[in-house]
Formats: sequence, structure tokens, C-alpha cells
Amino acid sequence: MLQNSTKASDINNMNSVDDNNGRHNVPTHAIDPSVIHKHEASLKDEEICIEVNAFNFFYGANQALKDINLKIPQKRVTAFIGPSGCGKSTLLRCFNRMNDLIDNVRVEGKMILHGQDIFDKSVNVSDLRRRIGMVFQKPNPFPKSIYENVAYGLRIQGVKNRHILDEAVENSLKHAALWDEVKDRLDDNAMGLSGGQQQRLVIARAIAIEPEVLLLDEPASALDPISTLKIEELIYQLKSDYTIVIVTHNMQQAARVSDYTAYMYLGELIEFNDTAKLFTNPKEKMTEDYITGRMG
Amino acid sequence: MTTRNIKHWFDSGTPYIWLNAGAVTISVLLVMGLLFLIAYRGLSHFWPSEIAEFQLTEADSNTITVIGEMVEYETVQRSRLPEGDIRIPESEELVSRTLIKMGNRDYFGLDFMWVVDLAVRDIKYPNDLMAVERHEWGNLYGYLVSVKQNGEELGDKASNLWVLFQEQIIASQDVHNEIEHVEKDLIGDINYKMERLRLKQRSLERSGITADSAQLRETTEQQRLLDEEYNSYSSQLGNLYERLNQFSFVTRLSDGREVELPLAQVVRAYQPNNMNIAEDIIHYLMKLWEFVSDEPREANTEGGIYPAIFGTVIMVLIMAVMVTPFGVVAAVYLHEYAKQGPLVRTIRIAVNNLAGVPSVVYGVFGLGFFVYFVGGNIDALFFSDSLPSPTFGTPGLLWASLTLAILTVPVVIVSTEEGLSRVPRAIREGSLALGATKAETLFRTVLPMTASAMITGLILAIARAAGEVAPLMLVGVVKLAPSLPLDGNFPYVHLERKFMHLGFHIYDVGFQSPNVEAARPLVYATALLLVLLIIILNLAAIRIRNKLREKYRASEQH
Repeated sequence: MLQNSTKASDINNMNSVDDNNGRHNVPTHAIDPSVIHKHEASLKDEEICIEVNAFNFFYGANQALKDINLKIPQKRVTAFIGPSGCGKSTLLRCFNRMNDLIDNVRVEGKMILHGQDIFDKSVNVSDLRRRIGMVFQKPNPFPKSIYENVAYGLRIQGVKNRHILDEAVENSLKHAALWDEVKDRLDDNAMGLSGGQQQRLVIARAIAIEPEVLLLDEPASALDPISTLKIEELIYQLKSDYTIVIVTHNMQQAARVSDYTAYMYLGELIEFNDTAKLFTNPKEKMTEDYITGRMG
Repeated sequence: MTTRNIKHWFDSGTPYIWLNAGAVTISVLLVMGLLFLIAYRGLSHFWPSEIAEFQLTEADSNTITVIGEMVEYETVQRSRLPEGDIRIPESEELVSRTLIKMGNRDYFGLDFMWVVDLAVRDIKYPNDLMAVERHEWGNLYGYLVSVKQNGEELGDKASNLWVLFQEQIIASQDVHNEIEHVEKDLIGDINYKMERLRLKQRSLERSGITADSAQLRETTEQQRLLDEEYNSYSSQLGNLYERLNQFSFVTRLSDGREVELPLAQVVRAYQPNNMNIAEDIIHYLMKLWEFVSDEPREANTEGGIYPAIFGTVIMVLIMAVMVTPFGVVAAVYLHEYAKQGPLVRTIRIAVNNLAGVPSVVYGVFGLGFFVYFVGGNIDALFFSDSLPSPTFGTPGLLWASLTLAILTVPVVIVSTEEGLSRVPRAIREGSLALGATKAETLFRTVLPMTASAMITGLILAIARAAGEVAPLMLVGVVKLAPSLPLDGNFPYVHLERKFMHLGFHIYDVGFQSPNVEAARPLVYATALLLVLLIIILNLAAIRIRNKLREKYRASEQH
């Protein structure tokens, strides 16, 4: 099980960390402090949703994330890019503590969601996951009706009123741009939908419980180009209501949909910046190599 | 064929296909052959076979007459027959002989007789030969001479004697049924109430209430009413018996004797040599229906096996109701909650091996633990009024079902665990990511998806339990149960009662009956019914499973 390494002393400094925008935690290796400074300048106007401070993550003895420092801005799309195995999915799955399910993992450092440490012992994981929704790489609808899939999260919360459920299902499906395609067959099994429709259904399912943050783990990688396009349009629309964090292999996709992009390599955050700046004028040689296709 | 051709033939895989197909064919043929054999042997028993009258030369060259059905025909080595039979010429090495069912056990002592074909002088099939099925002593074969009421012959000497006989049989059967109703239902009901009243009185006495208390007076009053009711029934019963015993019939046996028998003994009488094919079929269907719907007679060698069918079904159902939740809960803990390690691995191996423990061991366990320990304690706690006669502290339906549930629980655990491990990780994560706890995920998503695997386990459990006999002999099955475990008396289901079971019935009829030869066809018929019953139970479960699988089918694509 997860070993939560948050110490009492860390909790005590929590406020000071917030006040200083984490500047005293700037890593000394791998990232040029000036880059951090630059992107903070561009983030200055943003409200911060999640703040990651000196975060380390271990699978047993194997360190998967090394000293990550990052700020996820509110109601913006933040993309994580990087070669396979660089830790971007691991980082994403830390936000809603999905890694708790794996044996022998350990975390150090902090992830702060609106002033509260995600890894604090007092955090109710179910409540946390209601606030931070997640969509996985492969569409994973439940073998139930379309309606029941979308209503699942609300039913878990104990909502029984048919009227409320009907409304929530309709709104979520409309929001996920799926309503017109399925409104006449809400009672059909969700497994009968196409891959792209399934993925939008899963997004509808996630937004039905109105989370604050939506984590998308390579949401379009198993889909055809047209479905991918629909998902990207959807992400663009959802941005106005949700903070979105997306992991992707596809750099064009990151460039198209995201406002901010983080490049990761071997468990380290190499560069984090405004998407336009990162793709046109990367500060780091490694980032440049990756986005120009010389590495990765 | 050259070596190269042979090699080519082997490489093509054709011989392996033939090998596999051959193995499948042999298995199918074996199963079909088995079913055909028991079906043929069992079902042909109910057909009204013709009755022959044989003129035989005895070993001492006297001529005798034998009446009976031909049952079996075989050719044997001469050396297997008694020495010095003058009817058989020295030159004959092989002798053919026929087994004849003579019936009339009460007069001849023997039911069956081997007749050497060389000794038969003449065979006739007279139309007026009749077969009489009786409540006691098996079949009777002979000629009808007269029907009597109070010793007076009924009817004239005309041809309607047979019709008159049939009418009287039906009339006396009505009386017989009425007697049965009064004895079993009405008087049985009173006995049941009296027993409860006795227990109530006893518990009142034990709790120290004096004889003149209102409660005790009330029970005494109830007792008096019941006694009155009983007396009225018993005088009614006396009248019925008197009515029944007025009638008798006279029949002439093969040796020329004329004997008079009470009509009350007759179940049915028929003249097989005089019946056309339609009558044969009606007779056959009636016998078949009697077999599945009636109670056994004559130490289980005649009549039906309804109580055994009923007992088997209800035992399997109770077992299924107990084993499924228990096995599922155990599997969920083992697979979902227990920390996977050496201990859980050991438990899993132990569970798998439990399925291989000989079933009679479970019977011994059931007797020691359930019957004596649990049952004994239940009696001491709740049924102390009726001690020393035990209520639950004796073999019975509940203990048999529980013993079989323990016997089959490994099957359910193993198959449920397999089902749980087939649920894709993505589905679990999807549910958890929506804020569901592990338990909510389990109940709302994982367990419904595992339902078909649970039913598969149940199907295997039923298949094993329905065929089990050895442990049941220790924990509740009897040769003849006086009453079904389900009746109109509160609490309607009597789990403490002993019951009959098809598997045990086969053993009992085949090996423990006083007249093994006569009962052999019933063994086949019962075996066929047991197989059919298991098939029906399994088909029902498979239907349910397929419906569930249809519902969750798509999830298995991942």
C-alpha cells in the first residue's frame, strides 16, 4: 500500500509554501531556474488550481518522478508531453491518487489542490476523486446502459431522484457532444457504441459529477482521426468549465489543444511553459530535440 | 505410399485431427450408449408384455403348467446347468433357456424360473389370462373365476364378468383413496396437533405451573376436543374398511388351484393378450405416470418414486441456496480483500483440494458436526420439550443439504474467483475514478459482471450434489420416508425430516430389496430419471447463466 511520507513539519510550512509560490523549492539540477522564472511570469495572471512541490514518487526502490515542481492553472488546458516511460502518466495518476491501487509505492513532497495536500492522511480519497475526474487511454464504459453509465457517479453519491438523474444525464451527454447521437437509445448497452462514442461517453460520465479538474490520459490514442478531432473539439469547449490536464504522445495535439505544456524526460520535468512559447522557442536543448523529432 | 508422402501426411496435421475426432466420437458413443441402455431397460419395464402359458416336462418326466411373462433369453454352456438332466441329450453342448416371471410369490415362493427350451412342450397365449398388480406380494397371473361380495357371487355367468371385475376394482380403489385421505391427511393432522399440545403441556409443567391453572386447563380442553375428533375419524375409518373388505375375487392359478383374494389388494388388473396397441399405449403411459407421481409400494419394488424425486430436488435447491452466497462471499474476500501472499496461496490450494476429498468423508463430518454437535445443541436449546426424542439432533434434510453445500463450496469459490479475475482492471479503475469506494465498485460493477461465473460454479455444484449418495446415507436419506419435507402443517417446510433420494433409491432397490430380480428394471428407470433430473436442473441454471452472459457479454471482449 501507499506509504504517505508527508511529515508533520511539511504540513506546518504549507502556508509559507503557498505564500512564496514555491520559489524556495526550485530544483537546483536539470532545470535552469531562469526558465521557471519565465513561466511564472506567464502564469502570473492565472489562478492556480494544483500546485506540485518537490514531488518524488517511487515504485518500490525505483524512482519514477524526480523532484517535480509545477503549477496547474485553473480552467486552462495543461498538456504533459514526453517519450514513453517519462512519468507523465504516473504524475497524472498522482493527482487523483489512482496510484494508491498499486502495492509498494511511496510519495514524497506535496500536491496542493486549492490549499489542501492531496496526500494528506485526512483526505477522503473518494471525495478527492469526485473533485478530480479521470478519463483513461482505452474507453472503459461499464457493461450497462448508456443512461446508467452517465448516472453511475451520481448514483454512487446516493442520488435517486429520477428527475435530477435525467437532467444530469442529458446535460452531461450534451456537454460531451454525444447527446444527438444517443438520445434515442439511452437504454442500449454502452458496449454497442463505437470507440469514439465510448470515449465521449466516458467523458460525459466523468463530468456528470461536476469535478473541478479533469485528467485525460492519452484520451485519443485508441481512436481514429475523426473521433480524435471530436475529442479535441470537446476539450476546447470543456476548458471554460474545467481545469484540464492531458497526457499525450501527439505533439500536434498538445500544440492544438493546450494552453500550457510540460515536457518531461526520465521522471524529470524539463520545461514548463506557455504552449506557444514552448513549441516555438524552447529554452532547453532537450525540449527542442524532442519537439523537432531528433529524440524521443 | 512413400516415406515422403507419409511424412507429408503427418505434417499436414490430418492424423491429429482424426485422432481428436475419434476421441470425441468414442466419448459421444459411450454417453449415448449409456443413456440408451438405461432408457431401454428402464422404460420397457412398463410395457404390458404378453403372458404365456407353458406346458413343461419336468426332470422326472411329469408335465406341469407355468404361467408368466418372458423376461430374458440366453444360451449357456451345458456345464452350467444341473447335472443329469435327462431332458437334454448328451450331444447338446449349448443349451438355450428362458427366464419366466411367474409372479404369485405368496403361493409359489419363487417369482422367477429358468426354463430350458428343450423342456417346453407347448406355449399358448390365452386371451383371458390376466395380470393383477397388488399392494402386496407383487403380480398375480391367473384366470378370473368369480367376483364376490360377502361371500356371494356377483353377476351372472355371462361374459361381463371382466367388466364387473373392473368396475369393482375402481369402486374399491375409491374407498381405498378415501381411507388414505383419512389416515394420512386428517388423522395425520390430528396427530401433529396432539404432539404440539403434548409439548406445550410438558413445557408448562416444567415451568412449574400447577395442574389447576387456567393454561393447563385450556390445553386439557383442547386435548379432549382432539380426542373426540380422532374418535370420529377412527369410526369413519372402521366403516370404510368394512365396506372395502366385503369384496373379493377368485382366481385359478397355473397349478389349477382356485384362491380367493380380497379386492382391496388390487391396484389394477389387465389382460395383456387381449389388448390392442392403443390399449397397450394407454396402459404404458398410465404406468409411467404412476412411476413418477406415486409413492412406492412393497419395499420400493413397485409403485412410483415421487418422494425420491421430490426429496432430491428440494435437497439440491436448499443446497444451492446455501452454497452460492457462502462461496461467493469467500471468493470475494480471497480475491479482492485478502493480502495476496503465502497464506492466501495455501488457503487457495486447500480449497482446491477440498473438492477432491472423498464424499463419504464429508458424510462423516456432517454426521459428527452438523447432526450430533449443531443439531444436538439446537435440540437442547429450542426443542428440549420433546427430548429425549431428537428434533434436529438426528439426520435430516437440512443437515444433508448443508453437508452437500460444504462438499460443493470449493467449486463455487474457484469459479467465482476466476470470474473476478476476468473483470478488466480498466472497469474497476473507471468506477474508482468516479469516486466509488472499493465496496461500491464491487457491488455495482464487478459482482454483476461476475454473475455468470457464479452460476457456472453453481451448475457444477448442482451436477456434483445431485449425484452424490454416499454422504447422504449418513446425514438424512432413508429408504422410505413417511412424509414429504413439505406439507400443509406449520411451518410447511420441515427441514428436520428425513427424506428419500433418487441415488439412494437406486442403491436400495438394486441391492437391498427382497426381490432383486423383479426390481431390476426399476433400477434402470430410476437411474434414467436421476440423469434426466440433473439434466433439467443444469439446463435451468445454464439458461439463467446465458441470460446474464448476454447482458454483460460485451465486457468480455476486453
